[in-house]
Amino acid sequence: MSPLLQVRQLNRRFGGLQAVKNVCFDVRRHQIKAVIGPNGAGKTTLFNLIAGSLPADEGEVLFDGRSISNWPAHRVAGAGIARTFQNIKLFGNLTVLENVMVGCHIRARAGMLAGMFRAPHTRAEEARIRTRACELLDLLGIADLADRPAGALAFGQQRAVEFARALGLDPSLLLLDEPAAGLNIHETAQLGEIIRKIRALQITILLVEHDMSLVMDISDEIVVLSFGEKIAEGRPAEIQRHPDVIRVYLGDDHA
Amino acid sequence: MRGRYTPLLILLGLVVGIQLATAVTGTAYFLTQLTMTAYYTLVVVGLCILMGYAGQISLGHAGFFAIGGYTSAYLTTLNLASGTHPSAVALLMRCGLIVPGHNLYGAELARLHPGVAFLAAVALTAGIAVIIVIPVLRLKGHYLAMATLGFGLIVYRVVLGTAGLGAADGLSDVPAFTLGAGITVTGGAGFRVVNYYVAWCLVSLGALLVLNLMQSRAGRALAAIHGNEAAAQAMGIDTAAYKLRLFVFSAILAAAAGALLTHYTGGIGPSEAGVMKSVRYVAIVAVGGMANLWGTIVASAILNFLSLRGYFGIYDDAVFGGILVFMMLFAPQGLMARETFAGLIAWVRRKGGE
Amino acid sequence: MTSELLVQYLLSGITIGSVYAIVAIGFNIIYNATGIINFAQGEFVMLGGMIAVSCMPFMPLCLAVSCAVVVTALIGVLLYVCFFRWLKSPSVLRLIIITIGISILIREAALMIWGEQVRSLPYFSGNEISSIRIFGAYISPQVLWILGVVGIMVLLLNLFFAFTRMGRAMRACSANPTAATLCGINSQGMVAIAFMLSAAIGALAGCVMSPMTQTQYDSGTPLAVKGFTVAILGGLGNSTAAAAAGLLLGVVEALAVSILPVAYKDVIAIGLLLVVLAIRPTGLFTSRQAGTLKEF
Repeated sequence: MSPLLQVRQLNRRFGGLQAVKNVCFDVRRHQIKAVIGPNGAGKTTLFNLIAGSLPADEGEVLFDGRSISNWPAHRVAGAGIARTFQNIKLFGNLTVLENVMVGCHIRARAGMLAGMFRAPHTRAEEARIRTRACELLDLLGIADLADRPAGALAFGQQRAVEFARALGLDPSLLLLDEPAAGLNIHETAQLGEIIRKIRALQITILLVEHDMSLVMDISDEIVVLSFGEKIAEGRPAEIQRHPDVIRVYLGDDHA
Repeated sequence: MRGRYTPLLILLGLVVGIQLATAVTGTAYFLTQLTMTAYYTLVVVGLCILMGYAGQISLGHAGFFAIGGYTSAYLTTLNLASGTHPSAVALLMRCGLIVPGHNLYGAELARLHPGVAFLAAVALTAGIAVIIVIPVLRLKGHYLAMATLGFGLIVYRVVLGTAGLGAADGLSDVPAFTLGAGITVTGGAGFRVVNYYVAWCLVSLGALLVLNLMQSRAGRALAAIHGNEAAAQAMGIDTAAYKLRLFVFSAILAAAAGALLTHYTGGIGPSEAGVMKSVRYVAIVAVGGMANLWGTIVASAILNFLSLRGYFGIYDDAVFGGILVFMMLFAPQGLMARETFAGLIAWVRRKGGE
Repeated sequence: MTSELLVQYLLSGITIGSVYAIVAIGFNIIYNATGIINFAQGEFVMLGGMIAVSCMPFMPLCLAVSCAVVVTALIGVLLYVCFFRWLKSPSVLRLIIITIGISILIREAALMIWGEQVRSLPYFSGNEISSIRIFGAYISPQVLWILGVVGIMVLLLNLFFAFTRMGRAMRACSANPTAATLCGINSQGMVAIAFMLSAAIGALAGCVMSPMTQTQYDSGTPLAVKGFTVAILGGLGNSTAAAAAGLLLGVVEALAVSILPVAYKDVIAIGLLLVVLAIRPTGLFTSRQAGTLKEF
């Protein structure tokens, strides 16, 4: 079976800085793949390129065999790629439940006119969205937070809401941008469990992460970036021993 | 969730109550200004949700109002009897799309039915809104404000400078608009009460649509866009399309208000397209609170009525300018917002402690 | 069109264009220092002319002009202190609305103080009917005054920002206010100076153009729109480009009057603004990435 995501020769520069340079890798179905690298390696830029928030200068991205290069972000989401953000972007003006319901937005069709005139089919749709959102909150164990304003939550809780919201898209691929940032050891371990649970739902996961214990623990494969280029790819054990990776993280004497 | 419609019922109750009060106290002449106030309120209903929900600044909404009004006025005062296609005119007259009439000198007139003109006015405004907004949507902040301001200015200059549209005098002798069942939109003492109810029913209808929208999937999407546009896009929401649709909706409300007010007052002038009118709409939304529908309606009713009755005198423009500055400095969420009350209470406490 | 007529149009275009350029530069100075677009910029021009006219009965022309410039500059600083200094991270929407409100208030105040009368300063040299012949066209000596004063202002501004300590401090503040404060620069002081400078150059431009274009309580607003158009055309914040764009707009307007009905003259500038905003909002002379909006 062909890989779910194929990144081919992706390039992006910002003025004089080449943020992503000729990056190529695949993500197979139901895999958990991690992208690691020192700060400034271009990991978040890579995510933004895949998710459509940023147009690439060159290269292409294939999702399920189709090219999604330079598709706008909302179209990429509609194709089945969900993402979370490094600095959590919840809708602070909505409740937790409403945030997750927005996540389920693309699974329904009622538009502005239908909304204004309360067309009959909107009732059933809204009920369906609401049920699904509640299910997702249950899945992540935050059902009790449903009616709280999303802006008033603790950090760990906000992360959970972001997850639930991303799952609302029924994605085939989930992009997680530094999901463990700001979490303590206990919470990170819980995060690992959640990620495994999500994979068990037949969702493929690509994550960017700095927390090595998490990465080594849950990833099937790892891609290492440095200064925008891929310097290594392979299973966690191989990466840990890879001389280039060690040099990039720890300096020359340790290679 | 019946509770959400309660304010609407209160509004309708007030509308009826005020009309009865004026009947009892013999001050029925207030109804004229109240009717005009209603049409101006219809404009801010659309603007309020546009600015509050989609975060789109529009400093040119008076332009949409004017396009609606002028189109209606022009099409219903255009005399087709002296045109070059009498047979076509006769055919349309039989369909009821063109109405015959006589002018003051007894000459034959054939003018478009106001209903047709109304639809044309709304359609034209919607079309212009689409053309204007598509390139402007990607703009942020200052750029968007100036683009809408520029749009309003162009409309103003065009209607002011075009002889066919009456230039500085505007268009007048706009005929009555009969909506059927004895309801006619026109000036004149005999029609005052009916027109008052027509106008405020339209405002209520607009409010109803907005209320429904806010509770729907599309409304949620709009709130999401307002909360965090990048995240909304990542959820699959085509933010540009939503913003465009909301803009067009608010433009349509403004155009409808413009068209009907023109029939009510029998005419329209270039000042309706002016910057000061646009500023006025924005000031009212600022006072009422952006995205605060009821606050905006109340603010519009009060401020427009006072202005139309002349209570601000020669300081009319200055008052709205001052309101704008004051609100934006001290109460950007609107006068009736929680944050404003909280801030006020905190300020009073601080003063009390000194 | 004869060459004399062409020269006539060109010169008149450059004249008014240079005023647009100064208004645009005023926009840019405040924008660079604060990220605010000051819609009241046009009112500074109007105030300059009006105040000078009011001072005329009491003092010679050059004193009246200096007085007007100083008073308007003080008004500029007052605006900053009263309205902007104490705002804590306001949204762009809020700032825009505030400056529009301020411009309305200034205009209404001018209406109350000076009425609807059109006023003008006397010609700086000669009078309404004197003319000088240049390249076959006849122009008023005031045109030379306008071009000269504006030219000197632009030159002095460039020198100020490039070579004086205060000018460099202001540029530092505009690039990165926090870092500038850490270096010991008084950011708030710099912003106040920016407002003062903007108001002063606007007032001077208003004085020097008053004899030819007359001043009225509402002559500020159309100037603000055109000044903003020019600033956007050149790229917000780029004053040299603004100068070029200003001259360009002035000439285009002057030439267009020979084709279009006069009533539509203002439509050109606004139309140009909309086209630029639609196609290339960062301006003709700036790269796309350099054109991201500043925060206040």
